[in-house]
Amino acid sequence: MTALVRVRDLSRTFDVSKPWLNRLLERLPKRLLTAVSDVSFDIEERSVYALVGESGSGKSTIGRMIVGLMTPSDGTVEIEGVDLMRETDTARLREVRSDIQMIFQDPYASLNPRWKVRDIIAEPVAAKGGATRGLAERLLEQVGLSAADADKFPHEFSGGQRQRICVARALASEPRLIVCDEPTSALDVSVQAQVLNLMSDLKDEFGLTYLFISHDLTVVQHMADTIGVLYLGRLVEEADPDTLFDTPRHPYTQMLLEAAPRMDGFGREVVPPQGEIPDPIDPPTGCAYHPRCPIAIRRCTEERPELRRIGAARVACHRAEESAR
Amino acid sequence: MSQPPVLAVRNLVVEIPTRGGIVRPVDGVSYTIAAGEILGVVGESGAGKSMTGNAVIGLLDRPARIAGGEIHLNGARIDGLTLAQLRRLRGKEIGMVFQDPLTSLNPLLPIGDQLTETILAHLPVGQAEARRRAVAALDEVGIPAAAERIGSYPHEFSGGMRQRVVIALALCAEPSLVIADEPTTALDVSVQAQIIALLKRLCRDRGTAVMLVTHDMGVIAETADRVAVMYAGRLAELGPVREVLTAPRHPYTAGLMGSTPLASKGQRRLHQIPGAMPRLHAIPPGCAFHPRCDRAAERCRADPGPTLKSCDGRAACWFPIAQDEAVA
Repeated sequence: MTALVRVRDLSRTFDVSKPWLNRLLERLPKRLLTAVSDVSFDIEERSVYALVGESGSGKSTIGRMIVGLMTPSDGTVEIEGVDLMRETDTARLREVRSDIQMIFQDPYASLNPRWKVRDIIAEPVAAKGGATRGLAERLLEQVGLSAADADKFPHEFSGGQRQRICVARALASEPRLIVCDEPTSALDVSVQAQVLNLMSDLKDEFGLTYLFISHDLTVVQHMADTIGVLYLGRLVEEADPDTLFDTPRHPYTQMLLEAAPRMDGFGREVVPPQGEIPDPIDPPTGCAYHPRCPIAIRRCTEERPELRRIGAARVACHRAEESAR
Repeated sequence: MSQPPVLAVRNLVVEIPTRGGIVRPVDGVSYTIAAGEILGVVGESGAGKSMTGNAVIGLLDRPARIAGGEIHLNGARIDGLTLAQLRRLRGKEIGMVFQDPLTSLNPLLPIGDQLTETILAHLPVGQAEARRRAVAALDEVGIPAAAERIGSYPHEFSGGMRQRVVIALALCAEPSLVIADEPTTALDVSVQAQIIALLKRLCRDRGTAVMLVTHDMGVIAETADRVAVMYAGRLAELGPVREVLTAPRHPYTAGLMGSTPLASKGQRRLHQIPGAMPRLHAIPPGCAFHPRCDRAAERCRADPGPTLKSCDGRAACWFPIAQDEAVA
């Protein structure tokens, strides 16, 4: 297996300062929000890599940087060995770019309401000047809709059907990597099941690789081959689902798994987690999780833990050896 | 039960007249909630779960109206009250917690003013006492340094803290019933756990009846005592939460459980319910679920459709899944 995507020391900061005149008059410093901080991981070809985290953990920002919708402040993203931000060979760049597609969370906002479904689906191919005859009809049938739907407009479809259209569009240019940003969060459970099954089937059929971004642990556990847990823009733990759910090492992962509601947790009394996610403009020193961590020691407040390999997992915690439940 | 239930809904029908004819987003729903009990109401979008809650508190947007049935609160009938009577009821007898805490607070008033206003409106206390109670209420829902934060505006709080304020607001007049409509859907997992634990604790301590509307089966499993599963405006199944979720009798409940990616089950494919929820103006005759049901027979297509009463009292299905049947 080779890595299709290599992410190295990826960081992204946003300038959230006030306008310069206010800054000058009120003598305010520049304010920088660090959304992603030193994240490194590989995505194997034909696998599903999932990024989980709560709001503000930087998971969508990473997804956007991988598809090239946003430039990294620091670090690199390599896809098929090509760094999209630094590659100068335009032919190679174009080739790699057409291997990447994205599926967004809101199927209502991601389809142009004035376009027919046929044009929406064929667009990624038409933009490259490829042949689009019969393409939309074929793809629609592949995602479980009918060829006759190509002449309809997006408003004629339900949320689940629209997400299928988004999937069909993503498949049109025959990509190798699809970045899915919360693809089922806006859908009902039974529709979510249909879309997740469809995505699994298509992955096997076309040999796709997914970067799956979600906040829903059960969905991630079902879909992923590897899971990366993000906290405040940092990758705190990475493991395969079985390892992660059976023996979570990082105290944040443990807290997240404990807090998630369980279908068999009848009358379970959860000890609610303490505190909230800190302000990313002024993150805690050392390990970002230390103010909420039950096992934090002095070292955690001073030194940021490196992601290191422990068994089948990679964990960024000074006390990972002792923390296993 | 010796005590009368806090809330009793009988055969509730909500109708909306439209150009295409009258549609019924809620059709013949009956249930009760006892003091200190949490009733979970689940269903997918369009199942009528929020509409049921809004009908109880008299918040139906025109032209939707209650077309039939009765709603009793603590033995007194509350459907068909005048606006003035409803005003006295809301906040005092029934507290409401909505999904989005930002839109349920007034952005122009400090939270302390919003709390004291509610307390003064409903309880026979003076300004100073109202203020004292407001601080106590904030303290109880876990707002740190409540006495100082009382002058803060809603935008100064995080999402989880805001939802705590909304809960304080809903509970400050000590209502006997709280309707919580997707109270944690907009929140992160860790904050959700805090809010759920808070809601459970407060209601248990005070004996408040809670109607918890949500689409999250996990939240229901951990929070509710009984669960009502709704489909196309009707009750599909109603019973103790453990029994309904572990041994569902209605094929829709079973399908819903099967399509949830359950932790540590390891199956690669999820169970799929074919098709989608019918649109309101095209609800099929007979059992509304029959076009998507693999157990459907001739009887399911014939009117009138099954109801909880006409069946075994738990699932509105002519051919419920028996206990010994293996759940697909």
